Amino acid sequence: MSPPPNELCPSVKNILLLDSDGKRVAVKYFSDDWPTNSAQEAFEKLVFTKTQKTNARTEAEITMLENYIVVYKFVQDLHFFVTGGDEENELILATVLQAFFDSVGLLLRGNVDKKEALENLDLILLCIDEIIDGGIILETDPNVIAGKVASNSIDSGAPLSEQTLTQALATAREHFARSLLK
Amino acid sequence: MAQPFMKKDDDRDDEVEYSPFLGIEKGAVLQEARVFNDPQLDARRCSQVITKLLYLLNQGETFTKVEATEVFFAVTKLFQSKDMGLRRMVYLMIKEISPSADEVIIVTSSLMKDMNSKIDMYRANAIRVLCRITDGTLLAQIERYLKQAIVDKNPVVASAALISGIHLLHTNPEIVKRWSNEVQEAVQSRAALVQFHALALLHQIRQNDRLAVSKLVTSLTRGTVRSPIAQCLLIRYTSQVIRESGNNTQTGDRPFYDFLESCLRHKSEMVIFESARAITELNGVTSRELAPAITVLQLFLSSSKPVLRFAAVRTLNKVAMTHPMSVTNCNIDMESLISDQNRSIATLAITTLLKTGNESSVDRLMKQITNFMSDIADEFKIVVVEAIRSLCLKFPLKYRSLMNFLSNILREEGGFDYKKAIVDSIVILIRDIPDAKETGLLHLCEFIEDCEFTYLSTQILHFLGIEGPKTSDPSKYIRFIYNRVHLENATVRASAVSTLARFGAAVDEIKPRIFVLLRRCLFDSDDEVRDRATLYLNTLGDDGSVVETDKDVNDFLFGPFDIPLVNLESSLKNYEPSEEAFNINSVPKEVKSQPLAEKKAPGKKPTGLGAPPSAPPSTTDAYERMLSSIPEFANFGKLFKSSPPVELTEAETEYAVNVVKHIFDRHVVFQYNCTNTIPEQLLEDVIVIVDSSDAEEFSEVFSKPLRSLPYDSPGQTFVAFEKPEGVPTVGKFSNTLKFFVKEVDPTTGETEDDGVEDEYQLEDLEVVSADYVLKLGVSNFRNAWESMGPDCERVDEYGLGPRESLAEAVNTVTNLLGLQPCEGTEVVPPNSRSHTCLLSGVFIGNVKVLVRLSFGLDGPKDVAMKLTVRSEDETVSDAIHEIVASG
Repeated sequence: MSPPPNELCPSVKNILLLDSDGKRVAVKYFSDDWPTNSAQEAFEKLVFTKTQKTNARTEAEITMLENYIVVYKFVQDLHFFVTGGDEENELILATVLQAFFDSVGLLLRGNVDKKEALENLDLILLCIDEIIDGGIILETDPNVIAGKVASNSIDSGAPLSEQTLTQALATAREHFARSLLK
Repeated sequence: MAQPFMKKDDDRDDEVEYSPFLGIEKGAVLQEARVFNDPQLDARRCSQVITKLLYLLNQGETFTKVEATEVFFAVTKLFQSKDMGLRRMVYLMIKEISPSADEVIIVTSSLMKDMNSKIDMYRANAIRVLCRITDGTLLAQIERYLKQAIVDKNPVVASAALISGIHLLHTNPEIVKRWSNEVQEAVQSRAALVQFHALALLHQIRQNDRLAVSKLVTSLTRGTVRSPIAQCLLIRYTSQVIRESGNNTQTGDRPFYDFLESCLRHKSEMVIFESARAITELNGVTSRELAPAITVLQLFLSSSKPVLRFAAVRTLNKVAMTHPMSVTNCNIDMESLISDQNRSIATLAITTLLKTGNESSVDRLMKQITNFMSDIADEFKIVVVEAIRSLCLKFPLKYRSLMNFLSNILREEGGFDYKKAIVDSIVILIRDIPDAKETGLLHLCEFIEDCEFTYLSTQILHFLGIEGPKTSDPSKYIRFIYNRVHLENATVRASAVSTLARFGAAVDEIKPRIFVLLRRCLFDSDDEVRDRATLYLNTLGDDGSVVETDKDVNDFLFGPFDIPLVNLESSLKNYEPSEEAFNINSVPKEVKSQPLAEKKAPGKKPTGLGAPPSAPPSTTDAYERMLSSIPEFANFGKLFKSSPPVELTEAETEYAVNVVKHIFDRHVVFQYNCTNTIPEQLLEDVIVIVDSSDAEEFSEVFSKPLRSLPYDSPGQTFVAFEKPEGVPTVGKFSNTLKFFVKEVDPTTGETEDDGVEDEYQLEDLEVVSADYVLKLGVSNFRNAWESMGPDCERVDEYGLGPRESLAEAVNTVTNLLGLQPCEGTEVVPPNSRSHTCLLSGVFIGNVKVLVRLSFGLDGPKDVAMKLTVRSEDETVSDAIHEIVASG
């Protein structure tokens, strides 16, 4: 009936980011409930088809599938999902979803669609890594999450001294070309 | 980013979406990974390659062992770069590859360096990576740093160390447990999430020490918890402490309830919900305790956020199972949720309403559901159908509208599982509500006229064969059944033939007409159909005369088949054709057979109470067969009841013994099931010596020793007592196991010749009044009560003295009597000052008993009870009173 003590800690079973065809953009599983890739894909397919027709664009939506609680939110051609066990507090899962959704929004500077997400896949993966560690919630404040991810991003990261000469030249040329076009 | 392989796209449409990973290939990316080895590292390029590798892994691509090792070694080279972004990707990559133990050594020093870096981000991530990939030996080396990190002033570092601790506790508990001072300090952290992680780890370290957990909870519920998630966690720990402490306070105030209640006013919805849910899940929660939680959940029902509405309605749905009255206040909000956009919420709302609804609201509710049913998926519909079934059993008088609803949805489109759920429900209603039988059967008949599922058709035909002949006008079903013979596949046709035969056998008037129909089936194209028709025509007497069907024939054709099919199959395989015909009596019956569904209805004579026994007869049957095989017990008559086994020894003792009490009219037989758990011993002449000096009215008549009890193969010994006939004689028995021990050499299996006599003390056994009562429910208590009549009614009043609650008093009396509570009346609505509980059952001597218990609160805690008993025999009514009076 009641979960064993070590399962009292709020936990997330997976985070999924799928496109509008149900294909993976980025997924992360924290539970052995889906031991193989095909089991994971089957779950993704189920989640996608069961939620596809709902309108989860203004408020996060929620459903129960195979004894899992799934909270989800859609924007453009991206579908965000967070899954938890059936004993989990729905609002905690919704908080994680919102954290994921908002920090991706910040990292992609508001251009949240599949193309942008794939072009910045490194940021998306780091973002998931900063939200959940092994199923346990690490951080839920989107500003903090995005800050941690962005400070590492390549564009702002590498100091000039680290760049090779050719690279520095390429960057300079790029800047030059851009200023000409303006 | 990636160079797309354009060739692949030729066969695609023009509208191919752009993707930086278009045409990506594992081989090519692995080639690209060689840039990791460049002496002059290009950080940007390396990051891109890592992203591609991670993309491949994320899409379900797998690396071979060799490939993974190669990538891993290449990635370790990247520690030379000082680019922070690249380092971050390196950490992620190492976690994804999860290197083997010998590979881990390569990165250990780099990671340990990062753990001591001045850059917080390096420290935090290096800890997470290292703890993810490390084993116990390495952990001892870095323990010092981890303890430091737990109290690091940077919250990201502290959280990283604490979470790693939570993960490591599963693999290396001894080490992590040594950190409890640091963790304790971190619980006081000002950083919200550090406190959450510290709390989680501290609790896990101490989870086996109840006192420590209780102290932890006590101090934190008084202090400040900074993050909502940590507060939720604290609520969970608090409920656990409450659960384990039991509600043993005299005043009835539950420890920590005030804390849970105060959390209902927290500013975070997450915490409000967590505490509301915790309150609803308290053991034996009272309506006073529930009220504030229900109030906040009710507010959530009208929230604009679907997640909140879902959470609230799901919790209320659970509460409705145990405390339906507490949820009725929310009914209006619930009804508006029926039209909720989110169908999960709507379904939960409907099933909750079905649980809390009262008789008068049923019709209105059904109207609302009808509109709703057309636009939800099958799995939701099944949930609704099941809820309607239980509602109908609760309010049998409403069967008409509920049955109509079921038959309407049966006609609509739907998958097999959904249709099966509806058919099952109708069948159950027909069995339990006599008035619903005829309409229900006609609905089923109409359904099979147009049913695409062979399985359902055959099940319904079978059921018709059992129930149809018992109706007032059996002939009206024949048309539906015979139509099957024309229109369906062979399986259904064969089934229809059997059903026709059942009608013919049971109803003499229509027998000649049935024979006409059966004879037509002799020309069927399928041999099973022809065979069945031939068999029935021959056995039922194909002379067209109106004669009563022979009982033996009836038993042969339609009686219960009590031989396990597996046994029959193996016996037939072993049978060698010879002079001697195969004898079905030689097939062993021992294997526990699945009770056949049909056994219930035709096997038992129709009872005045309407419903056949709800419990499957399989175990009683097995006991009965076993006991009747022992000649000494053969003349004890019919077995009335067998108790569930009572353990007479502690778990894991040398000899394990439990006992089953078999009650006969004038005898009681104790069946001692013994198991010898010592491989070096063989026990012989095992017997239980029973001292019945505390059970005066019992006298021992016979005991059957167990010849030999080898290691690990259970055996039985029996002791039989005589007792006054038909009276619920009670008594206490003390038991001693007596036997000869012989030493056995476990390796050779040789047994020594001479044994030693020994004894083994067992626990006492009691025969109580409830042993003489069989639980047997009735579906319509009022009908049964009235048809029993007041001839043998006995009424008396009792003061039960101070009781914890009304519910507890009801429970005690119900258990004492051992009767079956009917119509859900064992649940006491919260806040009530009085309650009526309806019980039914069968008393020894096969006398039906109905009991109406009226409880009332007299003063603050005193419970008074009025006990009305009706039965077929006044001495039994008196006996029931005696049970209560002496209990």
